[in-house]
Amino acid sequence: MSDPRQSEVADEDGHYRLRLYVAGQTVRSMAALANLKRVCEEHLAGRYDIEVIDLVKNPQLAAGDQILAIPTLVRRLPEPLKRMVGDLSNTEKVLVGLDIRPKVVVP
Amino acid sequence: MAIDPTSAPALPKARTGIAGFDDVTFGGLPAGRPSLVCGAAGCGKTLFAVTTLVNGATLFGEPGVFMSFEERAEDLAANVASLGYDLDGLVAEGKLAIDHVRVERSEIEETGEYDLEGLFIRLGYAVDSIGAKRVVLDTIETLFAGLSDASILRAELRRLFGWLRDRGLTAIITGERGEGQLTRQGLEEYVSDCVILLDNRVEDQITTRRLRVVKYRGSAHGTNEYPFLIDDQGISVLPVTSAELDHGVSDEILSTGIAGLDAMLGPGGFYRGTSVLISGIAGTGKTSIAASLLDAACARGERCLSFVFEESGEQICRNACSIGLDLRRHVESGLLRFEAARPSLFGLEMHLARMHRDIVRFQPTVVVLDPISALRGPSSEVQATLLRMVDFLKSRGITAVFTSLRTDGTVEDADDLGLSSLMDAWVKLVSVEANGERTRTLYVIKARGMSHSNQVREFRMSTAGITLVEAYVGPTGVLTGTARVVQEAEENAAALRRRQESERRKRDVLRRRHAIERQIAELRASLEVAEEEEAVLLTQDEAREAVMGNERLVVSARRSAAE
Repeated sequence: MSDPRQSEVADEDGHYRLRLYVAGQTVRSMAALANLKRVCEEHLAGRYDIEVIDLVKNPQLAAGDQILAIPTLVRRLPEPLKRMVGDLSNTEKVLVGLDIRPKVVVP
Repeated sequence: MAIDPTSAPALPKARTGIAGFDDVTFGGLPAGRPSLVCGAAGCGKTLFAVTTLVNGATLFGEPGVFMSFEERAEDLAANVASLGYDLDGLVAEGKLAIDHVRVERSEIEETGEYDLEGLFIRLGYAVDSIGAKRVVLDTIETLFAGLSDASILRAELRRLFGWLRDRGLTAIITGERGEGQLTRQGLEEYVSDCVILLDNRVEDQITTRRLRVVKYRGSAHGTNEYPFLIDDQGISVLPVTSAELDHGVSDEILSTGIAGLDAMLGPGGFYRGTSVLISGIAGTGKTSIAASLLDAACARGERCLSFVFEESGEQICRNACSIGLDLRRHVESGLLRFEAARPSLFGLEMHLARMHRDIVRFQPTVVVLDPISALRGPSSEVQATLLRMVDFLKSRGITAVFTSLRTDGTVEDADDLGLSSLMDAWVKLVSVEANGERTRTLYVIKARGMSHSNQVREFRMSTAGITLVEAYVGPTGVLTGTARVVQEAEENAAALRRRQESERRKRDVLRRRHAIERQIAELRASLEVAEEEEAVLLTQDEAREAVMGNERLVVSARRSAAE
C-alpha cells in the first residue's frame, strides 16, 4: 500500500494509523466509529489517528484495501496490516486485533 | 447444429459465444440474470466464465467484470493467454475489469456485526466504470472460508444475487461441487435461474469432459450431457444429437480415383454426400483406397479432412507415394489435412466432439475416418457415436469414407453388419489365400441407388497406382493371383495346341487334295495320250483306206485296159 500520507508517520514508534471504511451514515457505521474512538481513547490516547472513508462517496478506494465487509477497520500502522470487520462492539476482539492486548491462547 | 431461432421463447438470452453451448441453451445464458456454473476442481468453470466475458466484450459489445476470489488478475491473464485471450489488452480498452478479492482468514478479525456492502460497492464501481453488462464471480464460496458467520454470508449472497438481477447484469457465479449437492454451500438455492454442471469423468483411464444444463428457468434447453473440449482453441460444446434424416441429397458423382472401381459402379463413382465403408482385414489396402479417393478429391480442388487413428499423416503421405500418389502436395496446398490421434487418447465422446469441431472449422467436402474399428468402447456406444457422425456428415453433405478392420470373429462381424446398414456403399476387401500366396480381391457389396458390378475383382497395388483386374472365373472356380496367371497360361497353351492341331489337319486335307489333284492330272495326261493315239490310228486307217481305194482304181483301170 503506497500511500504518501503514510510516510509522515511511518517511522514513528508505536503510532497507530487506523482507517475505518464505512458505507454511508448507517447505524452500524456510526456505532463502529463510536466504538473505535472509545477503545482508542482508553488505550491509545495521543498515539493514534483515525481516517474514516465513506465508500459510497469514494467507491474506488474499496479495492485497494481489499474491503469486502462493512464496516472494516484497517490497521495500517504498525505493521503488519490488520483488518477487523464488524461494528467493533466486541472490545476484547478489537484489543486483540489491534495487538493492544495479546491473544489469549487457550491450551 | 442449426437450431431454428424462432422456436426459442422470448426470454432474452446473452450469447456466450462458446461453440455449441448457445445451441444447447437456444441462445445462451439468461440475460440480466445470474447463472450458476458448478463442477469439481479442474472442470473448466473459470475458463467457461472467462470465455463468456471475453466473447461478450469482443464479439457482442458487452463489457464485463471479472471478480476473482481465487486467482490474482495477473495469474488469470497468464492462464488464459494460451487461448489467445488478451485480458490486459481488454482491460486497457475498457472492455473488461478484473478485481481480485483477497479473502484471508488470518488477516480478518470479526469484532461485531457487519455486512458485505464493501463487496457490493466494489462490484458496483467496477460495473459502472466500464458500463459492464456481464459479471463473473469466481468462486464466491471462498467467502465462506474467509468469514466465519455463515448466516450473514447467506443473507448477503441472497442480497447480492437480487442486486445483480436488479442491475440487469448477466452474471456467472461459479461454485465448487459439493457432497450430495451441486455446490458446497448450496448456492443453487440462491441462483435458481440457470444451473450448469460441468463434469470431468474418468472411465477406463480416459477422461471425458461433459456439460449439462441442470436447470434453465423459463427456457427450453437440451437436457443431455454434452461432451465439451478444452484445448488451445478454447471451449467447445458439442451438441451432437441430431438424428434427423432429412438432409438433402446430391446426384453428383465422385470418382474414387481408381478407374477399375469407378467402372464397377454404374454411374462411375459414388454419390456426393454418401457414406462409404471400406472393410477388410489388415493389409488389404483400405488406407490405399482411401488415399486414392483423397487424391482424386484434392485434384478436383476439394477440401479433405482425414482422421487417422493408427498412423500419422506423414506416414500416410509417405506410404501413398508407394502407390504413386503424392498426397504431400495436397497437404502443402492446404486442401488436405490429417488429424491423427490415438484412439485411447480420449473417450468416444471426445473423439466425436473433436472431429465435429474440426469439421466445422475446416469445412471439408470429403472426410475419411481410418479406421473406425480402432475406436474403443462398448459396441453399442461405438455404433451410436458413428451414427451421430454419419448423420452429422450427411447433414452437411460431406462425403464420408470409413474404413473398418474386419476380422473373422463373429462379434466384429455383427458389428460390421450393424455399421454397414448406416452406410450407403460398402466395398469389401477380401484376402484370398491359395497356393501359398495371398491375393487382394475387392467386392462392391452394396451401393445404394446405383447399379454395380457383383463380380469380384483382383486388386493390385503398384507404383502406377491401384488397378483392378477381372478375376478368372472358369470351370475350376474363381482364380486369382498367380493361380490366375498359371491358369491363363495353361489356357493359352491349350489354345495354341488346338490351333496347331487344326492347322495340321488343314494341311493334311490340303495335301490329300493335292495328291488327288495330281492323280487327276496324271489320268488326264494318259487320257490325252490315248486320245492322241486314237486320233493317229484313225488318220492312219483313213489314209490306208484311201490308198487302198486308189490302188483298187488303178488295178481296175489296168484291168479294163487289158481287155
